[in-house]
Amino acid sequence: MFPFNFEWIWDMPHMVFMGGLWYALGILGVGMTYCIIKAAVNAGNHATGNHD
Amino acid sequence: MDSAFIPNGVRRCAPGKFLVVLAVAGAVLLWGVYAMLLCWFKGLNQTNMNNNYGFALWIWADLAVIALGGGAFFTGFLRYIIGKDELKNIVNYAVLIGFICYSSALLILAIDIGQPLRGWFIFWHANVHSMLTEVAFCLSCYFGVLTIEYIPLILENRGIDRVPFLHHLGHNMHDIMAVFAATGAFLSFFHQGSLGGVAGVLFGRPFSFREGFFIWPWTFFLFTWSAAAYGPCFTLLITRITEAVTGKKLVKDNVVELLAKISGWMMATYIIAKIVDTLYWANVTAPSKGFTLMDFYSHNAFYGVWILILEIVIGGIIPAAILITDKGRKSPAARTTAFVLAVIGVCVNRWVMVLQVMAAPVMTFDKWALYYPSWQEVATTILPVAYGVILIAISYRYLPIFPQEPELNPID
Repeated sequence: MFPFNFEWIWDMPHMVFMGGLWYALGILGVGMTYCIIKAAVNAGNHATGNHD
Repeated sequence: MDSAFIPNGVRRCAPGKFLVVLAVAGAVLLWGVYAMLLCWFKGLNQTNMNNNYGFALWIWADLAVIALGGGAFFTGFLRYIIGKDELKNIVNYAVLIGFICYSSALLILAIDIGQPLRGWFIFWHANVHSMLTEVAFCLSCYFGVLTIEYIPLILENRGIDRVPFLHHLGHNMHDIMAVFAATGAFLSFFHQGSLGGVAGVLFGRPFSFREGFFIWPWTFFLFTWSAAAYGPCFTLLITRITEAVTGKKLVKDNVVELLAKISGWMMATYIIAKIVDTLYWANVTAPSKGFTLMDFYSHNAFYGVWILILEIVIGGIIPAAILITDKGRKSPAARTTAFVLAVIGVCVNRWVMVLQVMAAPVMTFDKWALYYPSWQEVATTILPVAYGVILIAISYRYLPIFPQEPELNPID
């Protein structure tokens, strides 16, 4: 559920529950995105022979 | 046939023998899948759940595997956050076991909700006043964490590791694993706790109701504590079983003893807290609701004081006493006995907090309501065991799960 959905209410339970969920998913998403992009860059360097 | 995918420096059984293991476990798995499909296509009338038992065998199995899978978050916490470096030799297996436990828990929930196509409702139409919503959120997210922790292991397979992108991806994920482990520990603290909290807030059921701190009943903290204490015992027990099946030493004794010692002390402190909680409940909480202790352990064909003794003494005090002593910990037989008793103890705890709660009469005109699961419930509860055996067999064969295996079992 997002704040722009009609069921959303700006109260503490919604902010704590949904905020916690998106916070955790955000950490996992950002972490994995970082790993994938860095791996792509590393693999590109590997292919071009640049191992710095 | 598959030697190109087997890790370097280790020996595995012939492919034929491996396939026989998969076939046997696969047959049990198919039996469970058949029962699962019956539940999905014909409905929950395939179960023996009724008005007394909205929670039944599946929820016990769920709570039990989640507690047993707690070895993953606690071992990860000790390895990556506290810095117990020796545990790097068993954390892979803890992650695999945790992955199996949590995927099993989610599978059982998918059967239990009756209409799995509506499973996403709990996220989109969330009831933000329910502890079970928090459990669903944390459980799903933590399964994501376990998947992220399991992926680098898969990427270490000899065949997969040859692909540069995947090789680097595995390394990068290892580099920031502490972030994922910390997230996992945070999520686990809350969902393990909330599973206990659900029982503790049932003010209409004096068998499980507990007072507590702020909005959290004491069962919230006891469940988290017990998962951290007993989960590593399950990891160590499965490691011991794997060693017996493969006929190899897979983890050095110092690693096993370290985790067993930490688990033992966690268990000892937990069981003291559990005894204090039980005494307060028996002498203050239950009488305030009009019950005596023996009202919950008499006048029925199954639940007697024996179950309290099994949970606290045999499944708690004895394994804790074995594991906190040097002599007990260093004896393989005593150590394994402690692991078995601990696993029984935590499973019994989850049983009473789910099923005895439902069975005990509440009103003066109520009778004990005992429940027997249908074969479909039993088959779908055994399904995850077969699935676990298959995943462990495949992972052990193709992935470097045990870093110390080549050193402990040199190939001539």
